[in-house]
Amino acid sequence: MLKRTPLFAAHQKLGGKLVEYGGWEMPVYYTSIMDEHQAVRRAAGLFDISHMGEITVSGSAAPWFLNSVLTNDIDNIGPGGGQYTLLCNERGGVIDDLYAYQLSQEVYFLIVNASRTEADVAWLQARAAEFPGREDLRLTDASHQYAAVAVQGPRVVEFIDACIPGTACSGTRVDRVTALKKNQIAGFACGHANVQVSRTGYTGEDGFEIVGRDDSIRQLWDGILAAGGPFGIRPCGLGARDTLRTEACYPLYGHELDENTTPIEAGLGFFVSLDKGDFMGRSILAEQKAGGVSRKCVAFKMTDKSAPPRPQYPIWAGGAKVGDVTSGTQSPSLGVGIGMGYVPSELAKPGEVIGIEIRGRRSPAVVVRKPFYRRS
Amino acid sequence: MNNVPVDLKYAKSHEWARLSGDVATVGITDHAQHELTDVVFVELPEIGRKLKAGDACAVVESVKTASDIYSPVSGEVVEVNKAVVDNPALVNSEPFAGGWFYKIKLSDAAEMAALLGPREYLSQIGG
Repeated sequence: MLKRTPLFAAHQKLGGKLVEYGGWEMPVYYTSIMDEHQAVRRAAGLFDISHMGEITVSGSAAPWFLNSVLTNDIDNIGPGGGQYTLLCNERGGVIDDLYAYQLSQEVYFLIVNASRTEADVAWLQARAAEFPGREDLRLTDASHQYAAVAVQGPRVVEFIDACIPGTACSGTRVDRVTALKKNQIAGFACGHANVQVSRTGYTGEDGFEIVGRDDSIRQLWDGILAAGGPFGIRPCGLGARDTLRTEACYPLYGHELDENTTPIEAGLGFFVSLDKGDFMGRSILAEQKAGGVSRKCVAFKMTDKSAPPRPQYPIWAGGAKVGDVTSGTQSPSLGVGIGMGYVPSELAKPGEVIGIEIRGRRSPAVVVRKPFYRRS
Repeated sequence: MNNVPVDLKYAKSHEWARLSGDVATVGITDHAQHELTDVVFVELPEIGRKLKAGDACAVVESVKTASDIYSPVSGEVVEVNKAVVDNPALVNSEPFAGGWFYKIKLSDAAEMAALLGPREYLSQIGG
């Protein structure tokens, strides 16, 4: 029995093509992945992200606890702030990548991957149970309490304030949604309840992610589509979500990240703060930052006309298989095949030529600098 | 999506065949292109390749998936459509015309009769 988000009826009404994703029944597209991808790049797109998990961590020991389990430095954010961070095991392997927000003095909010929510909660609860400050720490899996949407694209700023009018009532005290800076979060009144709005996203475009109760999010879904209509907004499915994030070179758990891969190998060392004190996995990550790693995640582009690269296709160099593609697609914005994958560190340089094995034949590709796409 | 020209024969796997003399032109149906959405790449068989009915002989890739195309008839590939290799979007815009894949010289003319007629195909796709 697949899980359905509170927006399921909306997806059906819009004619979304429904597929299974991590135990959920979600739209992969409504019209086409190309259409929806282009809408986000040129105007605006609306995504149901209710399947993602939400975990609240509160109490006076919350920042101390979070800094002991997450790689980034939570003391850098402050109330109304947010940061991308990773949850690692004792080997520095990634349990999940996530966003951590500080909603108020002692309340933190983690937004985690749908496919990892259970694993994250189990891990955090186990760590909390042995944490010296556990008397002053509360951890709650709040995922079933919340729905969420992401609205992304260069024209979102032209209509989003009208959808969530008024001044922030918590978090970063801005006078309107569009005054939030990147990574900031604030609470806004929305009907009878509040919603949390952050200036974040997974597409490489400007945009916002909005978390709230089911009814608030249902109303907002309709309201955002209505207000954004004149600006070209489209509802967008998981297919476009994947092509957009691949162009932006954002990792996807289970592809670029897993429990046997470290943030350093994945190229995410920027989000690992070695000087904040000890945290789970720190010693391995410190070794890797200092001494290097044997494999690295690279971005590559197909150089000859070929079928697009796809996850799990072998990567060849020097006559041998050297790695695997972790993400790949035909890039709607660039018109060529693009992908990410792991190769030996010696080959992880822009300009390095590799071969991607597609249906038994090797097609040439070149390692390029990340990202493939950057908004202007 | 339910465009099913009456002058063609159809395979259950959504390929169509148009016979002219002893050469059949093969492509995929409007229903198939609609299910795929944006076609980004087409891989065609080589000229001279000998096929049996049901052989996987071409590949159509959309953004999300790669789909095998099965030859509806047996014979030898005598021509391939370079236009669809250069412009895969033709499969979506003209599945029965400009988006054709290859031409095959039949080795067994009786196989055409074994394919589905337009009405049978239409009912298979729920029309």
